[in-house]
Amino acid sequence: MQKTWNNKAWFLVLPVLVLVAFSAVIPLMTVVNYSVQDTFGNNEFFWAGTDWFLEILHSDRFWEALQRNLFFSFVILALQIPLGIFIALNMPKSGIGVPVCLVLMALPLLIPWNVVGTIWQVFGRVDIGLLGYTLRALGVDYNYVRDPLDAWITIIVMDVWHWTSLVVLLCYAGLVSIPDAYYQAAKIDGASRWSVFRYIQLPKMKRVLLIAVLLRFMDSFMIYTEPFVVTGGGPGNSTTFLSIDLVKMAVGQFDLGPAAAMSIIYFLIILLLSWIFYTVMTSSDANG
Amino acid sequence: MARITLDHIRHAYGPAPKSPKDYALREVHHEWNDGGAYALLGPSGCGKTTLLNIISGLLQPSEGRILFDGKDVTYLSTQARNIAQVFQFPVIYDTMTVYDNLAFPLRNRAVPEAEVDRRVREMLEIIDLSGWSKRKAQGLTADQKQKISLGRGLVRNDVNAILFDEPLTVIDPHMKWVLRSQLKRLHKQFGFTMVYVTHDQTEALTFADKVVVMYDGQIVQIGTPAELFERPTHTFVGYFIGSPGMNVMPARVEGSAVVVGGERIALDYSPQIGAGDRAELGIRPEFIRIGREGMPVAVNRIEDIGRRRIVRADFQGQRIAIVASEDAEIPAEPRITFDPAAINIYANSWRVGREA
Repeated sequence: MQKTWNNKAWFLVLPVLVLVAFSAVIPLMTVVNYSVQDTFGNNEFFWAGTDWFLEILHSDRFWEALQRNLFFSFVILALQIPLGIFIALNMPKSGIGVPVCLVLMALPLLIPWNVVGTIWQVFGRVDIGLLGYTLRALGVDYNYVRDPLDAWITIIVMDVWHWTSLVVLLCYAGLVSIPDAYYQAAKIDGASRWSVFRYIQLPKMKRVLLIAVLLRFMDSFMIYTEPFVVTGGGPGNSTTFLSIDLVKMAVGQFDLGPAAAMSIIYFLIILLLSWIFYTVMTSSDANG
Repeated sequence: MARITLDHIRHAYGPAPKSPKDYALREVHHEWNDGGAYALLGPSGCGKTTLLNIISGLLQPSEGRILFDGKDVTYLSTQARNIAQVFQFPVIYDTMTVYDNLAFPLRNRAVPEAEVDRRVREMLEIIDLSGWSKRKAQGLTADQKQKISLGRGLVRNDVNAILFDEPLTVIDPHMKWVLRSQLKRLHKQFGFTMVYVTHDQTEALTFADKVVVMYDGQIVQIGTPAELFERPTHTFVGYFIGSPGMNVMPARVEGSAVVVGGERIALDYSPQIGAGDRAELGIRPEFIRIGREGMPVAVNRIEDIGRRRIVRADFQGQRIAIVASEDAEIPAEPRITFDPAAINIYANSWRVGREA
């Protein structure tokens, strides 16, 4: 059969290309442009080569922030994924409980991020906050403004409160798609509760779990708004994540070159780690 | 393997059923023999899956008892009843290998590993999947998956019964035939009690010793395929079994004759029909002879289906079907005769016996 080669088809891709160019490619190229130049204002630029990249990679500030990011994402995944699966498994499958649970679960997701930060900032305050005041009254020495550990705990609990619902909803969607026959067959085969989870529910949730892990990893690794509102990166630098540091550098100190170089490194790290997650989690499918 | 007794079973899905209409299963009272192959046949929504789930223990009947070999199992769990079930869509454990899938029910019952290995290997032979044992079950075809489902049931050699819930629905037509004959062979070899739900009459008739025809929440007839064909006890059975189904027409019984419209047909017995009963005459298209003798009919259409022809005709204002052989001549003014031995008389849809 003769295929006609029609170059006009490329025009159909054009709208998307324009949109992506303006929303992603051009801004990214601007950042690349900044990262290899130096400026003293006046719109004068000097070629800097890889200087800014080397500077970032040799600064302790960057590596410390990166460590905080990695640790934060690790804790978030370790808490939210099992907790999300656990809640999803215990959600009702039918009846009036379903819409009630779904709405309750969706509520935290509907709140704007800076509002979430403000809620917890007030909630945790020791003078007027319900949480901070109560803990103090119970004799717990809690103060997220002064104690780095308390600040970390506050941010982690806040993030769990904010985002576990997403994992729950994704897992729940995976669970309700399992036909009843699977559970009936498992009953007939004499499977234990654990076997049902291990061999039926977990495999069926695998795809949505992959999405949940990727989303939660990327989001937690890029976290900015909530800790910025609650702790502002403090006390000291204890909750200064890469994103917060980046903003300090770009907007606070106006070091555009290093900030641009750091953005690109940051972006590449997320890309690399997401790719690793994806590859590892889908590889078992391929062997099957 | 076990004899299954269904003792006055009724089931309603809603709470507090009052009228017979509230019951998905109106009343089932039967005994099924050890080692028998039974097919539950009926249209969608007739209660056959409900009955199957009651036997398997996935559902508890609202009323009545179910006994395996005389032992009451009504309130026992599926697991405790020791039955196997094959579902409409193949249920396999995706992440396990074929071998592990088959070993799963045995390992759950803490069977020693050496025994597990022996039985799984034996089962792999039986279901023709020996070469596939190390493969992940995920990538198999639908019929291979369904064979694994079956194997998981058969591998426990002490099961009381194996239940099939329309197991060939998702299988390709040519594989259906292969699987059906394999199943039949296995049944002969092992002699397990087998209950098979289907809405496909060919499947039911070729597979089962006894076909249980269900209609509107009750069993209307249990019989061999021949019985269902020759002596349908309910007009529904006549209509549902056979292609085309039985011709049923309103009639009036007068002694040992039956009157349809203006035609009087002599019978070789006198059916006893109550005064207020609605009488009907049923005759299968295969037992109507078309030719130059008998009662006049108007032919509407002739369908050629290969070795036979189906004549659609009007007889005394009733649409009827007649099966004629390929070379039979159909005259310009056709007439028909009924084989008197093949005539069934129905009162209120139920067959009136010759003995009565």
